Amino acid sequence: MTASADASPGAPRARAVTAVKALQVSNWLSRALGRGRGTVAGGRVGLAIDPTLLSTLARGRPVALVTGTNGKTTTTRMLVAALSDGRGAVVVSNDTGANMPAGHVAALAGAPAGAAAVLEVDEGYLGRLIEETAPKVVLLLNLSRDQMDRISEVRMLVDRWRAALGRLRDGPGAGVEVPATVVVANADDPMVTWAALAAPDVVWVGVGQVWHLDAVGCPACGGRIHFDGAGSWACDRCGFARPPRAAWLERSDLVLPGGERFEMELGLPGQFNRANAAMAAVAAELMGAGPGRPGTSVPAEDLPAVLARLASVDQVAGRFSSILRRGRSVRLLLAKNPAGWTAIFDLLEEEAGSGPPVVLSVNARTADGLDTSWLWDVPFERLAGRSAVATGDRRLDLAVRLRYAGVDAEVVVDPTDAVDRALGTAPGSSPLDVVGNYTAFADLRDRVGR
Amino acid sequence: MTSGSARRGLTIAVVYPDLLGTYGDGGNALVLTRRATWRGIDAELVQADSGSPLPGADIYCLGGGEDGPQVRAAEALVADGELHRAVDRGAVVLGVCAGFQLLGHSFPDSVDRPHPGLGLLDVSTRKGTGSRAVGELVASPTDEAPRLSGGRPIPWLTGFENHGGVTTVGPGARPLARVVRGVGNGGGSGTEGAWQGKVLGCYLHGPLLARNVALADLLLGWALSPTAEPADLAPLDDVDEAALRDERLSAAGAPGPGLWQRLRSLVRRPGT
Repeated sequence: MTASADASPGAPRARAVTAVKALQVSNWLSRALGRGRGTVAGGRVGLAIDPTLLSTLARGRPVALVTGTNGKTTTTRMLVAALSDGRGAVVVSNDTGANMPAGHVAALAGAPAGAAAVLEVDEGYLGRLIEETAPKVVLLLNLSRDQMDRISEVRMLVDRWRAALGRLRDGPGAGVEVPATVVVANADDPMVTWAALAAPDVVWVGVGQVWHLDAVGCPACGGRIHFDGAGSWACDRCGFARPPRAAWLERSDLVLPGGERFEMELGLPGQFNRANAAMAAVAAELMGAGPGRPGTSVPAEDLPAVLARLASVDQVAGRFSSILRRGRSVRLLLAKNPAGWTAIFDLLEEEAGSGPPVVLSVNARTADGLDTSWLWDVPFERLAGRSAVATGDRRLDLAVRLRYAGVDAEVVVDPTDAVDRALGTAPGSSPLDVVGNYTAFADLRDRVGR
Repeated sequence: MTSGSARRGLTIAVVYPDLLGTYGDGGNALVLTRRATWRGIDAELVQADSGSPLPGADIYCLGGGEDGPQVRAAEALVADGELHRAVDRGAVVLGVCAGFQLLGHSFPDSVDRPHPGLGLLDVSTRKGTGSRAVGELVASPTDEAPRLSGGRPIPWLTGFENHGGVTTVGPGARPLARVVRGVGNGGGSGTEGAWQGKVLGCYLHGPLLARNVALADLLLGWALSPTAEPADLAPLDDVDEAALRDERLSAAGAPGPGLWQRLRSLVRRPGT
């Protein structure tokens, strides 16, 4: 997309200029000293010098925010691809996965004026990002349990989203010219729906939600939400129900209410990635829409071209990437929480039924959450019949879980050895799938991937 | 259930997994069910959602939950009445975290008002003044802790706690264990959990019974016994479970007891 002409960036204040310089020096130092990929450190320095830096850097550019429990990084990447039209438009993004304000200012610091920004946002920071970036589009994917020793529990989080989205109704302050914000929300997720209903302008997209257990209690009245087999849902006590959708996913087709169907052929596997792609495609259409109050339907003029562009994404920071090891293909998959693991098991079944062995790696470091009890929410029973190799820092928790799930597992201390062990037992030339949670995945990517 | 069928088979119910299932606590009932069937005891696992009457069962497992659902679960269980009837006829009840709190006389609701609980355990919970208790929890059994079959003591307990409550144990119940690492019941008591008859509650999840299989066998022994003395159960090959316990106890800085308890349980293992 081309640079927005909504507002010209005003003369940046001296403080912001200093902050950006300091940020860039810090990032350079951080990288030179080999202490990181150099985004968060610089961002922190910049924000320390100028606490309003994020709003200064976001001013005058169309911004899309992407948040949710699962699929944030992938969807952000897809939306960037969808907006990069090959005619020279620059789209900036926090593509290193640093999804808190320090990462956002680092991503925006070097961006050309007016360039569109697609920002992945940690669920806990949505309110602050909406306030400071006056986004054109907010994309809400899904909400379920994740790292509960660290992040607020699901209902506290949904209440905070709802309050933040409700403030959009107040409109911008007097004299401030910003485009109206449109929310793209997953209508199949009752928690997302409850939050998004507070917003003035919502485009509802039905892309499914594999994990229902956190949404059984109605957030509106305390009644029970019932899900029918087709993905629709309603509370048995109040009127809270799935809103009418402006677009939805039917297998690999994106369908509009008028009956138009757009087939998606993606570079990434699995139904959950089709869901991410559908959300990204709708968000891309709305990012390209003209000024004025957004409607509630999906402008479909460019959909085929948008879908073709986001099909070019075939791995995201190593996720879903296949590497060659000992002449065999090893695919690295990330699953961080029960909903994510459930989606991965859907993918394994969709592709191969039950058969080849699988390597499972689980850590419980700070970024993963220190509490491993979520392992008992993951339906590992679905791996029965496959042989599994358990590895990672918390391989013993995993081994006990697998024993009670009826899955034969071998415990191997070193993750690289675990992959080799599984390759040794896997039949013929079949590819090997390796699934890890956050830091376990990063470990495997960095060690096995070499 | 009827008392006549208890010897032949067990029904193990997860109470309201739609409201009280936050911390993988469904795993407790799965561990109980598997450990029964591995010993040739028929066991049926029932997920008892909050929308329906609570079914009859031999063991009821209540898990953790957020404030609102905890209040709804307590109200529904009082209105249903089955859990009280089950305890009267000798059923076993396990409550973890929010499930533990609501078994007591009162617990704080989402705005910190005391909300009435089920009164099946003589404990009361109020909101703590400090930050939430989050982290590994290790506790050693007190002299007042329940005994395994043959009078054997339960081993050290390991788990993960995540709660903001302070629970006071009244004279009708006894504390389950003394805190070695972590917070537990809090309020300066130094204790963790409580038990009374065949009702047992604590803050340990992880889940509790996967990390502490001796406790799982205690609950199964209680369910299979018409008296307060737990039935004797055949030993199982718990290599994975023992390895996990040792690793967790050492990770929490309590290296000795894991090994000690393991040796002792090997020496004193009955019925082999």
